[in-house]
Amino acid sequence: MLIKLHGRSLRALSPERSPEPFLGRVCTNPALPAAARSREILLVEGPCELPGGFRAYLTRSETGVARQPNVFFIGAEFPFLGDGDIIRIHPERSGLTVLYRRSSAFNSMLVTERCDNYCVMCSQPPKERDDGWLVDELFEIIPMMSPETPEIGITGGEPGLLGSRLVDLVDRFRRFLPRTALHILSNGRAFADEKFALALAKVGHPDLMLGIPLYGDLPEVHDFVVQARGAFDQTIRGILNLKRHRVRVELRFVVQRDTVERLPAFARFVARNLLFVDHVALMGLELMGFARSNLDAIWIDPLDYQRELAEAVEILDRARMHVSIYNHQLCVLDPVLHRFARASISDWKNLYLEECARCEARARCGGFFASSVVRRSRGIAPFAIAEQSGPMVAQRED
Amino acid sequence: MNQLADTFRDRSAFAPSGPYRLLPARFSRLDDRRYVITNDVGEYVVLERPALQALLRHELQPGTPLYADLKSRHFLFDGESRVALDLLALKYRSRADRIADFTALHMFVVTLRCDHTCSYCQVSRQMEEKSRFDMSQAHADRAVEFVFRSPSPAIKIEFQGGEPLLNFDLIRHVVLRAESLNREHGRDLVFVIASNLTRLNDEILDFCKGHRIYFSTSLDGPADLHDERRALPRGSSYRAAVDGIQRIREALGPDAVAALMTTSPGSLPRVREIVDEYVKQGFHSIFLRSLSPYGFAVRTSLVRRYDVDDWVKFYVEGLRHIIDLNLSGYPMREEFAAILLQKMFAPVGNGYVDLQSPAGLGIAGIIYNYDGAIYASDEGRMLAEMGDHTFRLGHLDEDSFEEVMTSDTLVDLLKDSMLEGLPMCSDCAFMPYCGSDPVFHKATQGDVIGHKAFSSFCKKQMAVLRHLIALMEDDASARRVLQSWI
Ligand code: SF4
Ligand code: SF4
Repeated sequence: MLIKLHGRSLRALSPERSPEPFLGRVCTNPALPAAARSREILLVEGPCELPGGFRAYLTRSETGVARQPNVFFIGAEFPFLGDGDIIRIHPERSGLTVLYRRSSAFNSMLVTERCDNYCVMCSQPPKERDDGWLVDELFEIIPMMSPETPEIGITGGEPGLLGSRLVDLVDRFRRFLPRTALHILSNGRAFADEKFALALAKVGHPDLMLGIPLYGDLPEVHDFVVQARGAFDQTIRGILNLKRHRVRVELRFVVQRDTVERLPAFARFVARNLLFVDHVALMGLELMGFARSNLDAIWIDPLDYQRELAEAVEILDRARMHVSIYNHQLCVLDPVLHRFARASISDWKNLYLEECARCEARARCGGFFASSVVRRSRGIAPFAIAEQSGPMVAQRED
Repeated sequence: MNQLADTFRDRSAFAPSGPYRLLPARFSRLDDRRYVITNDVGEYVVLERPALQALLRHELQPGTPLYADLKSRHFLFDGESRVALDLLALKYRSRADRIADFTALHMFVVTLRCDHTCSYCQVSRQMEEKSRFDMSQAHADRAVEFVFRSPSPAIKIEFQGGEPLLNFDLIRHVVLRAESLNREHGRDLVFVIASNLTRLNDEILDFCKGHRIYFSTSLDGPADLHDERRALPRGSSYRAAVDGIQRIREALGPDAVAALMTTSPGSLPRVREIVDEYVKQGFHSIFLRSLSPYGFAVRTSLVRRYDVDDWVKFYVEGLRHIIDLNLSGYPMREEFAAILLQKMFAPVGNGYVDLQSPAGLGIAGIIYNYDGAIYASDEGRMLAEMGDHTFRLGHLDEDSFEEVMTSDTLVDLLKDSMLEGLPMCSDCAFMPYCGSDPVFHKATQGDVIGHKAFSSFCKKQMAVLRHLIALMEDDASARRVLQSWI
């Protein structure tokens, strides 16, 4: 399934519309008490009488000029939209952006596009500009999210650059969504300042995890990948400070041509020096952003690093660490690694190829990033669905 | 080709600048070609002599795999990066951490009586009938109070003898008393009875069922080897042991009993048979131990009847056999190797009492004798029976726990047992994997530190560690087996 979260084809049906972009929560109940309507955006299928008082209206069928303000025709777009989803409408640009989907197991929130790393395979290249509005907007929508939300991801850019705003943000999540797991993707450098790590820890969020990329056991490798001298030292110190104050940390290692050679050494280093981190994720490339422009320089077929990957996983697993493999199709993984593979790709980004349709492993496989079509492993081949009875062993079709 | 886009700098822009600096390390010869270099936190690299020389002369080339490994394992640092120092400090602390949680093992000699008359016995036996060789209930209660004065979150109370089952009433009393106190203390509390199992009966097993009680027994090998030195006036000690093992397993579960073997001159040519006996009895673990020079053994000068080289041969052959058992599908662990490997490859300290620095005396284990005297170790108690009271820390009637733990006797012994400051050890590459054995050196050399060049303890340590490191380096299939023991 591939889901589009942004579109620019709203058609305004009412002459009266807000000049500025605005936020609202999707609602499909026209009978919602009037007092509860002010932040809700009513979504209706067919032509009908639109009750007043909603922040805006989306309709799937073309009607004439509407009486209510802010009525927009969306046709068949965003078919998944439902109660509780949070969207931004930009009337000037006819734009609609889905910020939060209530039915999604994982909602990811971009809080800044600025970053002090400049990773050679960054899938979301940083932009140096003031984008404080992003986090302002997030502050605004947190109270609109369902308290049943299972997990929220905070991404950038580098969220650590928000400084105390990040601490406030986590605190706001703790207050409004105490049962929601919070996962922050950070390069960890800002936490080299122990006071900052302590401030984050003091929020006392009940289910917080920082996902921190570490690309090697040596500064020269990591600093090169993130294109910043001294980053390795800062990231390691950040990890130590966070763990010192009992914030959970996950290490994220992206396997690419420059990091693969020392992958087993990295695993040994982690097992020896950072045994106390809570999770280690070994990840495949996501071919977007810089990863795409640098593709020839960084690409390595996963088929060609199975030995290193298996060795690293074995070292970490033997050290009793939690280790997962992300972004790898099952058919390119050594069978001994299958039990570590997680189907992690977010639902709006992944897809499957034609051969996957006849693959026995499809239900367990993460499939592909939409972006991966630029380059795929030589090893993609469906597992045959076992025909005769007997042990259900998946076999590769050659 | 394959260039990064122009906005990126290539690898060379991030190469460390300037010369490298060395971090604290020690090296020793591994074999005629190679050296092993270790750092304070137990990481090691094996390298050939020219490479070692280049490293020490600051002539090693950055960018080579050896350079990268030495840097990754914190033997050197370079450029502006200093985080190696933070990590080393942290690793040092993790390894030493357990010292603050002192005294996990408390041994109670509930009686000195025994029904065996073994030639090499480590305790001096007393006639079975004399109850003046039993520990009194008052002493036992006082010792239980001591147990809970130790900060250790995990507590093991081990009942020894003599043959402790000859005074089972006191064992029962101590177990119940400790459990009741533990309701308030909440420690991870287990009990071990070190017994020859001749006196095992249903009443004892029934009691054990409701408590976390384990058995540890002696099994020296096949029947003739075992019975040769474990004289039981009526019957076979071997039979008592193997029957007891089965009964315990049936009553309390397969892991409720462990066996320990003692090596004697007669064992030396028979290591495979010994290991196979353990397999036959369904064990997945064996500790190939050397003969200790205490108690009757010293008096009968058994210890001098075989040389440490013979023991090493015995050990190497036994280990090979055990590795082969694993490779053919029977999982079996050699515990001495497992302890050393854990010291080599795990970042946290290992609690094995006899290989600590400072020594485990008093702080890893402490022993309360049947008469109320307190000793720093089991072997220290045996030395006292031979008239040397170096390791006597006090008495349950006279001293408080605090007085015992801060006594000059104990503190001086601990000070003298830090390998980091001992002659030879302080320069030895095997130091991070080794430990002090002050009782052994006092018994054999008359001095708690001892001259390591003449120490069979040291000789044994070096030989076994060299052997293990060589296996890890040179034998891929053995390596996989050894790694599975960590
Ligand atoms: S064929 Fe498709 S579904 Fe099957 S393992 Fe490969 S990528 Fe996954
Ligand atoms: S006892 Fe021997 S092997 Fe152990 S540290 Fe001292 S010199 Fe090294």
